[in-house]
Amino acid sequence: MNAQTEATPIIEMRNIRKTYGPVIALAGVSIKIYPGECHCLLGDNGAGKSTFIKTMSGVVKPTDGDIVVNGDIQNFDNPRDAMEAGIATVHQHLAMIPLMSVSRNFFLGNEPTKKIAGISFYDREKADHETMEAMRKMGINLRGPDQAVGTLSGGERQTVAISRAVHFGAKVLILDEPTSALGVRQTSNVLATIDKVRKEGVAVVFITHNVRHALAVGDRFTVLNRGTTHGTAERGGITPEALQDLMAGGQELASLEGSLGGTV
Amino acid sequence: MSNETKNGTDERVNEMSSFRNALIRPELGGIIGTIAVFAVFIFLAGDSGMFSSQGVMNWSVVSAQFMIIAVGACLLMIAGEFDLSVGSMIGFAGMLIAIFGVTFGWPMWMAIILTFAICTAIGALNGFICIRTGLPSFIVTLAFLFILRGFTIFLPQTIERKTIIGGIREAAEGDWLSVLFGGKILQGFFIYLGDLGVISVFARGTRAGQPVVDGIPMLIVWAIALVIFGHILLTKTRFGNWIFASGGDAEAARNSGVPVNKVKVLMFMFTAFCATVFATCQVMEFGSAGADRGLLKEFEAIIAVVIGGALLTGGYGSVIGAALGALIFGVVQQGLFFAGVESSLFRVFLGVILLGAVILNTYIRRLITGER
Ligand SMILES: Nc1ncnc2c1ncn2[C@@H]1O[C@H](COP(=O)(O)OP(=O)(O)OP(=O)(O)O)[C@@H](O)[C@H]1O
Ligand SMILES: [Mg+2]
Repeated sequence: MNAQTEATPIIEMRNIRKTYGPVIALAGVSIKIYPGECHCLLGDNGAGKSTFIKTMSGVVKPTDGDIVVNGDIQNFDNPRDAMEAGIATVHQHLAMIPLMSVSRNFFLGNEPTKKIAGISFYDREKADHETMEAMRKMGINLRGPDQAVGTLSGGERQTVAISRAVHFGAKVLILDEPTSALGVRQTSNVLATIDKVRKEGVAVVFITHNVRHALAVGDRFTVLNRGTTHGTAERGGITPEALQDLMAGGQELASLEGSLGGTV
Repeated sequence: MSNETKNGTDERVNEMSSFRNALIRPELGGIIGTIAVFAVFIFLAGDSGMFSSQGVMNWSVVSAQFMIIAVGACLLMIAGEFDLSVGSMIGFAGMLIAIFGVTFGWPMWMAIILTFAICTAIGALNGFICIRTGLPSFIVTLAFLFILRGFTIFLPQTIERKTIIGGIREAAEGDWLSVLFGGKILQGFFIYLGDLGVISVFARGTRAGQPVVDGIPMLIVWAIALVIFGHILLTKTRFGNWIFASGGDAEAARNSGVPVNKVKVLMFMFTAFCATVFATCQVMEFGSAGADRGLLKEFEAIIAVVIGGALLTGGYGSVIGAALGALIFGVVQQGLFFAGVESSLFRVFLGVILLGAVILNTYIRRLITGER
């Protein structure tokens, strides 16, 4: 990581531990995220990826360890704190509320208001207008701002969630498996969106199971395995096979290949 | 359906006319139901006095009662929770007012304010228990249904050795706050209408010449005010957005920074507030508090809300719809009486309307939200 010693990380996670009673979900994970990079977080099911980014976004409080944002140690008490620090998250299953309209979802938690007779009201025109604008930029044609999110496809929902995060000035964008449920075309749309966002200087943390998706947009790769990490690899410094190996956790892959008749 | 497409839009979406767009809304089922119910009763009971001034006042008051509790139940249901203790809360609140104001002899305004404070605090407790334990509000408020009803019988029995406490009207005489619940407005206007001959007047007796309906009871004013407040809160404020989100998907709402717990507790408090408004108006009207008041009101509120298009599991609904549901409920209940239909058939009608409304509402909701 010598190449980046002069740049300061926008967010640094130091020795994050998280236990749920006897379950050790994270056993001391450290990573640094730099502006304008796409940092891929890989790992098998249950490796602790979601738990890790939940500590980063204020949803889960780490049992131990520090979160350093722009050089200051921060303790996020709730998602709002993290959002105020510029960290926006698109969670694995819970990105949007399907029964609500796109524009109401888009501005959820950040609703624009206008004052009428001293009382502040939800500024619907502004919300609708800005939502349509943002959607157009991302290449999604809505029927109208009133269209319910439930009527959008999975990829469109992801794109709405991503553009929402960017719209509210996220400096770090965390995406938890945004491509796992998508077809080829929608996946490439989401990957293109990630690329676009990164070029605007936003740091993207991209969680995926899919090595090819990771290699398509990633600058650096961190593999989590059973709550720990074996360091971070640079783009070009690791082969897809090696990455795949790390993800499956060496031994398990070996026995798997053995049973399939491969060599170990 | 036409296959025309607008340039630049998704070619798989048929263009929808603005008329259709304006029509497809959560309250549509309630609007259709209201029109149908009025059509039926104009036909069945048009000349029975149902649409004279007394008749209109009769079903308006009943509908307004349903509306007051339906607004609270509606917002709470949209926020993803139920309150089954509404009926018991009505009995309990009425009894507290009677005990404070009559048995203890405290000034009525103090009795009312204290009752509001205690009841909304119980609402908050309901919400707090649900949030802390993660138990479904269905169970928690079911417990409070029994607890509050138990106290409503126990308290007057131990203090007064009876289950009905009267004398509230006398105790409230000249009280500034009681007028807000038991008074009437627009009395001058009704006398004017009576003089004009638009509405009927007493033909003889001490009140000869005065209109039979002599003003709009505060109960109706409360109902309209609460409906307007609820509707604006839900659709025109950011808090309203949080109510939808909390019921639609609490986890996703939390992740977006919505204070879900606060929203839910506040909605429990608001439901309790509505129940107390109902109770206060009722004791002022009857002049007494009884241990059996408010029985089954929680279900009537929920039925009105569901007729009005709200989704039982939360995240979707409309206060206007709930108000129309309450109106349908009141008109059917009183209309069958005017039409001279056997009163036991009311339940049959109610069941049919409920089923029809829910089927229609589900269909409308799918059109809007794309649920499958
Ligand atoms: N709330 C919780 N209570 C108890 N254990 C939990 C909780 N949340 C996560 N865990 C445990 O922590 C471990 C890591 O889970 P996590 O969801 O972070 O995995 P993941 O890497 O995101 O997996 P996937 O790829 O399937 O999404 C798992 O063993 C899980 O069972
Ligand atoms: Mg996960």
